Amino acid sequence: MKTGQLKIKGYCSISNNRVILNDTLLMEDPGSDFSTFLKLAYKKMVTNYPKFFKMDDLSKLGFLAADILLKPMIRDSEMSKNIALVFSNSASSLQTDRKHQESITDRENYFPSPAVFVYTLPNICLGEISIKHRLYSENSFFIFNHFNVAYLHDYAMGLITTEKADEVLCGWVNCDTDDYEAFLYLVSTEGNIEHHKEEIIKLYTTK
Amino acid sequence: MNSTYLSYNNIVSSLGFDSPTVVKNMHEGLSGITLIEDENLFPDPFYASVIDSHYLSKAFKKLGRNGGYTRLEQMMILSLGNIITASGVELTDRVGLILSTTKGNIDCLDPKHHMPPERAYLGTLGHIVKNYFGFATEPIVLSNACVSGLLAIAVGKRFISQGTFDQVFIVGGDVVSNFILSGFNSFQALSPLPCKPYCKQRSGINIGEAAASVLITKDNNNLPAEAVEILGEASCNDANHISGPSRTGEGLYRSILSAFKEAKVGPSHIDYISAHGTATQFNDEMEAIALNRLGLGSVPLNSLKGYFGHTLGASGLVETIVGMHSLYHNTLYSSMGFTELGVSQPLNIITAPTVRNLDCFLKTASGFGGCNTAAVFKKLGS
Amino acid sequence: MSDLKQELKEKIITQLNLEDIAIEEIADNDPLFGDGLGLDSIDALELIVMLDKDYGIKLTDPKEGKKIFESIEVMAKYIAEHRTK
Repeated sequence: MKTGQLKIKGYCSISNNRVILNDTLLMEDPGSDFSTFLKLAYKKMVTNYPKFFKMDDLSKLGFLAADILLKPMIRDSEMSKNIALVFSNSASSLQTDRKHQESITDRENYFPSPAVFVYTLPNICLGEISIKHRLYSENSFFIFNHFNVAYLHDYAMGLITTEKADEVLCGWVNCDTDDYEAFLYLVSTEGNIEHHKEEIIKLYTTK
Repeated sequence: MNSTYLSYNNIVSSLGFDSPTVVKNMHEGLSGITLIEDENLFPDPFYASVIDSHYLSKAFKKLGRNGGYTRLEQMMILSLGNIITASGVELTDRVGLILSTTKGNIDCLDPKHHMPPERAYLGTLGHIVKNYFGFATEPIVLSNACVSGLLAIAVGKRFISQGTFDQVFIVGGDVVSNFILSGFNSFQALSPLPCKPYCKQRSGINIGEAAASVLITKDNNNLPAEAVEILGEASCNDANHISGPSRTGEGLYRSILSAFKEAKVGPSHIDYISAHGTATQFNDEMEAIALNRLGLGSVPLNSLKGYFGHTLGASGLVETIVGMHSLYHNTLYSSMGFTELGVSQPLNIITAPTVRNLDCFLKTASGFGGCNTAAVFKKLGS
Repeated sequence: MSDLKQELKEKIITQLNLEDIAIEEIADNDPLFGDGLGLDSIDALELIVMLDKDYGIKLTDPKEGKKIFESIEVMAKYIAEHRTK
């Protein structure tokens, strides 16, 4: 049992048109709208992954945050890693759900798009990250009205102590009508920050 | 580590509103799939498993709280209420609530729906169910495509092992909606006929609706006769494609292997496989490949999609509950719709109800996003 | 015909979100799937919707799509022969 000594190895947040990795502001672009900002962040962070542009906003946001956080830590991208993905949010995939609904509301103009429909599940974002980083590990997507640190903390600890995962990428990735927010942290057996509920809340609120 | 058990259970579906009735109807060879003509749901007639609306509202009215609940909420409340009463469990702060759903009240996004579109928030659905019964803990909503129901069982078990809860009530559900039908149709995945999992003539899925509930507990005193122990579970991603299943069945293969490891069992311990079997070309083929990589090609197997359609977030729960009753009755139920094997690897598809001593079963599920989940369950006192 | 080909290239780039590809980079005979533009199964389904929505062509057999979407050249020829709008 490795309980009690779990750490947070790193964290990344994308919100208010700012990208922060472990205390460091990597970029900001206060004036632009969300999709322009995402595109700019994609370029500035040297993501280099054309499939990014096929994703919906929720997947783009989660994918970018995960990529920024994991890239410096993964030396050999072909090496098998057991990093579980445990994400949460309040709006599920509703932004894309609304888009799909629009395409079927008018019976005279009824053309549902498979490329939109496939993103009407929040866990597709986890699938995109798994494909990019070759993670054959667990994916779970939870919906809470607010960031629920207690459940995420216990769940991540359970995954590592039972050896279902070596590390857990946890957090909150949300896109709704007029707001977006990503906050991810990597729970591990190594790192400088204690894996405590209070610490996680501090990282989440002082971004 | 302490043992955890699947205890009181319920299925609300087109085959009945409680588990024994549903299983009895299955045994008699009834299917809930019918031809539906409803332009509000889909422009053309389609095959699906839909709950009779009059029967549903009659059953819900008996609870004495009439207005203000959506179709899905009524189904979930009926199902969960049944097992809360049967178990007699008091809803303290040691009791968790997990909801498993892919789309929740998604029908409320339709401008013609009488409820506001805000009702489609899954957190709202969680709180409606929580408040109806007076749970003392925050609801956990799990929305992980078609593995949601089975993964919810794994999640519940882990929260108990981790010490967060002593008992967890799980309710899963999804409804047949124009949202889902139009989407699967754009994927050209809907079958024009009742679905035929693993069959040579299979031509895609039928959508179904259901709500199902189960109590997970570490208390081995108050258990019903059909209770089972959760021996092991795991969930692994294909890391391959967001909609197409892996050609090698990688994620499913790894999920089963890892569930076996925790359960300390091997292929020879498995008496029965309750597989996913959606009846699409690629899914069924992928499962056959993954199962044969593990030497499970000769174990009796069924898909229950021919009875219930694909009930999405409820499917893993519905199928696990039927598996519990299958062990209890020592009976293997037919894989409805199957006539001739249509996958490249051998599978031992159950073609008639068969009485046999059953001890242990494997349940699997796979879904969009490349997710897969497997779990092993064992009969008690065996 | 060359107008139609140009139109198809524009549509494929915008509707399939091929952000990094310019119209000039797509040759009329380039394969669209596999090693060519690298389109996948979801893109194929999306092209079927495009045929229906923009040209009034309904594909009844999804396997037909495989042949029709071989290249811009083949696609344009098929659309010119079968379009209803």
